[in-house]
Amino acid sequence: MKEELIISGRMNPHVDPILNTWGWEIAFYLFVGGISAGLLFFSALYVIRKKEDIYPAAVKLAPLFVPIFLVLGLGALFLDLHHKLYFWRLYTTVRLESPMSWGAWTLMIITPLSIVWAASFVKEIWPKFNWWNIKLLNDIEKIVIKNRVSIAWPLIVLAVVLGIYTGILLSAFNARPLWNTSILGPLFLTSGLSTAAALIVWLSKSKIEREIFTKIDLLLIGIELFLITHLIMGFLAGGQVQVESAQIFLGGAFTTYFWVFIVMLGLIVPAVLEVMELYGFHIPAFAPSMLVIAGGIIFRFLMIEAGQITRYLY
Amino acid sequence: MRYAMAIDTNLCVGCSDCVVACQVENNVPVGYARDWVVEVTEGTYPNLAIELRSERCNHCDNSPCVRACPTGASHYAEGGIVLVTPEECIGCAACIESCPYDARFTHPDGYADKCTFCIHRVQNGQDPACVSVCPTTCMTFGDMDDPNSDISKLVKSRKSKVLAPEAGTNPNIYYLT
Repeated sequence: MKEELIISGRMNPHVDPILNTWGWEIAFYLFVGGISAGLLFFSALYVIRKKEDIYPAAVKLAPLFVPIFLVLGLGALFLDLHHKLYFWRLYTTVRLESPMSWGAWTLMIITPLSIVWAASFVKEIWPKFNWWNIKLLNDIEKIVIKNRVSIAWPLIVLAVVLGIYTGILLSAFNARPLWNTSILGPLFLTSGLSTAAALIVWLSKSKIEREIFTKIDLLLIGIELFLITHLIMGFLAGGQVQVESAQIFLGGAFTTYFWVFIVMLGLIVPAVLEVMELYGFHIPAFAPSMLVIAGGIIFRFLMIEAGQITRYLY
Repeated sequence: MRYAMAIDTNLCVGCSDCVVACQVENNVPVGYARDWVVEVTEGTYPNLAIELRSERCNHCDNSPCVRACPTGASHYAEGGIVLVTPEECIGCAACIESCPYDARFTHPDGYADKCTFCIHRVQNGQDPACVSVCPTTCMTFGDMDDPNSDISKLVKSRKSKVLAPEAGTNPNIYYLT
C-alpha cells in the first residue's frame, strides 16, 4: 500500500486537489478551431478543383461561418488569459518550441484570410449586397475573386496546420499522460474535418453535394474510430502512467461519457444513419449532422477535463 | 554554474517551516504556496515506512514550462534558475499544464508564479529562505557544477533520487534517502 499526503496543505487554486486550470474556454476554442479548419479545407479544396457549382454549400455558404467561429474562439481564448492586458506579448516573439506560439501566429494569419475568403462569397449568397457602395471594399472583393485559386493554396495548408494544431497543443504536454500522444494531432484534425463535413451536409440543399459529403463524413468517422482504437492500444502498451490514462475510459471516471456520448452517439449512430440515408431511407439531414457536431464538442470538453487528472506518479 | 538543492528525507520532520518562510519572504498571496511538504506512507501496519519531502519547483535543466511558454516569460536565469517575468506573461497557463510537479499556479494578479530559488537572496550570497530556516538543516543549496561545493559532495556521497526522472526534465532538487 502506498499513500501520499501533502501535509503542508498546498491548496493552490485550480491546481489542487486536481488540476483544472484549463476550462470550457480552451475546449470551446479547440472545437471551433477544428470545425473552422475543416470548413476552410473543403472550401479551398473545391475551389482548386473548380467544383464551386457542384458543391455550393461547401465552397460558398459554409466559409461564411468561419470568421464567426474563429472570432468566438479567439474571444474564448482571450477570456482564458489571466493577464489579459499583456496578450500582445504573443506577437512580440516567435517561440518555435511552443505550440501555443505556433497557434497564435497561425490564427493571426488565418483569421483575416478567412474573413477575406468568406467576404468574396457574400454576393453569391446575397446578390443584392453591394458593400454599402464603398469602392475600396468592392475593389478588394474583385481582387480576391480574381485570385481565388492562388489564395486557396495557402489557405488549405493553413487549415491543416490549424486543425492539427488543436491536437498538438495538448499532445506537447508530457506532464499530462492522456494528452501526450502523437495520435492526438491527426485525431483532432480528422474530428475537425468530420464536424465540418457534417455541417456542410446540414447546410446543403443539393442532393449530389449531400451525398458526396455524407460519404466523406463516413470515411472520416471510420478514420476517427481507427485512431481512437490506436490511441487506447498505444496507451495500454505504454508505461504505468499511460495505462492509467487509458483506464479513465476503460472503467474509470469518464467511461460512460466517452463510450456513450462520443463513440456511440457521436460516431457510430450518425454513421449508421448516414449509411441508411445512402441506401435510400429518408433521414432528416440535421439528425446525423447534429450528432457528429455534438460528439465533436463533447470530445473536446472530455479530453480537456480527463487530461488534467492524469499525471506522473512519484 | 548550476544551482541545485539537496533535501535529506531522513532529517526532515515535516514541520512546514520552509513553507511559511517562503510565504513570508516572497510575499506569497494567502491561500497559495510555492513550496509544500509531502508525506508518503508505504507498507502495511506494522511494517510502515514514511518519507517526508519538502517539494517545490525543480528548476529543471530541460524545463517543459520554458518550452511551453508562448512569449518567453518563462526563462532560464543565472545558474539555471527558472523564472517568470510577470510583464511578459499573458496568463495562458500553458506552463502550469506542462509541469509534471504541479509547481506553478496563477498569481491573483494574473501571471504564472512559482519558486524562484529566492534568487534575490542567492545573488547576495545568502541561501534561499526555506533552506535558511530549516530547524533540522535537512536542506543544502549550492552549485552542482563545483565539485567542492557542499551539495556536490553530499549528492556524491549519499544515495539520492530526483522526482519523476522518466519525465525527462532533469530536475535539480535531489532527495537524499
